[in-house]
Amino acid sequence: MRNGDRDISRLVEPDRVHRLCYTDPDIFEQEMERIHESLWVYVGHKSQVKEPGDYYTAQIGRQPMIMVRGKDGEVRVFYNRCPHRGAMLCSDRSGNAGHRFRCSYHAWMYNFDGTIASIPATSGYDGTRMNLAEGDAGLKPAARVDDYRGFYFASLSPDGPDLDTFLGGAKLTFDQLVDRAPDGDVEVVGDCFRMIQKSNWKIFLENQLDVSHPSATHESTGVAAGQVEREMEKRDGRKAPLSYSFISAFKTPIEDWVKFDTVGHPYGHCFLAGYMGLRPQDPDTVEYETLLKQAHGEEKGEAILSTDLHHVLVYPSLSVQPPLQQLRAIRPLGVDRTLTEIWHFRLKGAPEAIYRRALDYYYLVNSPSTMVNADDLHNFWKCHQGLSTEGGDWVSLHRNYGSDSERDGVLYSAPGTMSEMPLRHMMQAWAGYMGAGNGAGGR
Amino acid sequence: MPDADARAAAGAAAPLTAAQVDAGTQRAVEAFLYRQAEILDDGRWDDWLALFTPDGRYWMPARADQAQGDGVPNIFWEDLDLMRVRIRRNTHPHAWSQSPPNRLSHVVSNVVIESVAANGDLTVRSKFHCSEYLRYEVRHFAGKYRHELVKDGDGEGAYRIRLQRVDLLNAEGPFDYVIQWWL
Repeated sequence: MRNGDRDISRLVEPDRVHRLCYTDPDIFEQEMERIHESLWVYVGHKSQVKEPGDYYTAQIGRQPMIMVRGKDGEVRVFYNRCPHRGAMLCSDRSGNAGHRFRCSYHAWMYNFDGTIASIPATSGYDGTRMNLAEGDAGLKPAARVDDYRGFYFASLSPDGPDLDTFLGGAKLTFDQLVDRAPDGDVEVVGDCFRMIQKSNWKIFLENQLDVSHPSATHESTGVAAGQVEREMEKRDGRKAPLSYSFISAFKTPIEDWVKFDTVGHPYGHCFLAGYMGLRPQDPDTVEYETLLKQAHGEEKGEAILSTDLHHVLVYPSLSVQPPLQQLRAIRPLGVDRTLTEIWHFRLKGAPEAIYRRALDYYYLVNSPSTMVNADDLHNFWKCHQGLSTEGGDWVSLHRNYGSDSERDGVLYSAPGTMSEMPLRHMMQAWAGYMGAGNGAGGR
Repeated sequence: MPDADARAAAGAAAPLTAAQVDAGTQRAVEAFLYRQAEILDDGRWDDWLALFTPDGRYWMPARADQAQGDGVPNIFWEDLDLMRVRIRRNTHPHAWSQSPPNRLSHVVSNVVIESVAANGDLTVRSKFHCSEYLRYEVRHFAGKYRHELVKDGDGEGAYRIRLQRVDLLNAEGPFDYVIQWWL
């Protein structure tokens, strides 16, 4: 089975998926074209490019892009390629370009709106097809760029829904990220961590909403953290820092994970509710909640704080944990290699203790020395290895199949289950984007 | 950031000259660093914990120009309690990523004493190279150490670590898989 719409439709069934969806290089090229280089993909946050000339590079599908803030304050996204001879324009991942981009090869200059600013010698072009006054001499922009509350996305295709429609119910992700700040704004903390997974990008996305994995995958970390937590409490006569509970929670037995409900939104986005409400009544939390309610009013403040959203997938490029201010952007490098950019945000106006609590989570779960993702990445690698074999063709997504409910185009897993609904939902969306024409996805 | 600024941020002062450091101190410090490398390579975790003062810390910054570890993202930022979690987690029979277990091999060199206090506490810089055998392949790490050592007794190599800063050459990444043990 290779390529073509006819074959894709046979690879995704309602309750199981063929292994080639994850391992076939031709299918990977096709999904780069139809998914990552067509849909709205996350580029970066406004705080990464604060000043005119600030730029940050990001890969969208197979295309290296530059996000840059112009002298007019606008954030734009261009292909990272000099139109003259095709050299990469920015070879640093980020920086400030000064007054304009300058290509290192022949010193052609470009304004931050993409227009050509100057070339060292303008003679010699009369009568040629090169017209320096026309737009085609400038940088090629992403077909569409838009932001939602300071989070910038680009689509490399002129077609498809606008960003607001595409995000739909998933806008709550960014509302939660921003509204949790008493000052109503967030900013990135330093640079991101960048980790490479030796597996297909979809294996990572699926894991994020798979509640039947943590107690098995992360047992060792949960047990170890729980033991030290107890020792510290005995030794010091007070509770261990809250951060220990972030990882000792992994020893929660599997039957207790059924209470984390999942929701499937149009276009493949998914929510995982519950898990870490993060509303202990310690003095730091109380101070923070008071500040937030002062900023938003009692009712709205309470609504923001009580939104129980542990994990959100914004298909196909983001995994976000709003209560802990973490955002992971997915950059597929190849059929079996995936880069994640892991960002941490600071809630402006929140007490230092709240920042540090989330920073501890960032360290324990998402740093390059993580004791949590160490086993996830190991399992992803093993999945990709197994799926590359002829030991079996199908991946099972059967748990609670047939018991999902739908209201107004949104899917809900059966309450009190560890339904694999989000995994089925994502693959149905995937099949729709890939042109399988079963009408299930890409709505 | 220019390299000189990065060095300044890392708090690196001009080292003492050979004439300012007595040979015994130099030998004792080198012996201590070699011993730490051997403990790590051999996985002697009780001995590892005993290398640090009770408030000791192992720090691997996420950027070359990082001046402090507190309150900012780091690759490693661990006190003894977090080290105990890591040891128990990595040695748990269900630490899946330790199947097969990884192995480390360190070389430590270029040992330069930066300062010696009147009480014998000292700051020492060195370079390391570490090869890791991971899932039947070898990968490499290189960088520099900066140890703040507390004099602990009179025996040769009798120091304990108050702070070990580890600057990885490629601190900004990207990282091909996780760093599971201290380097």
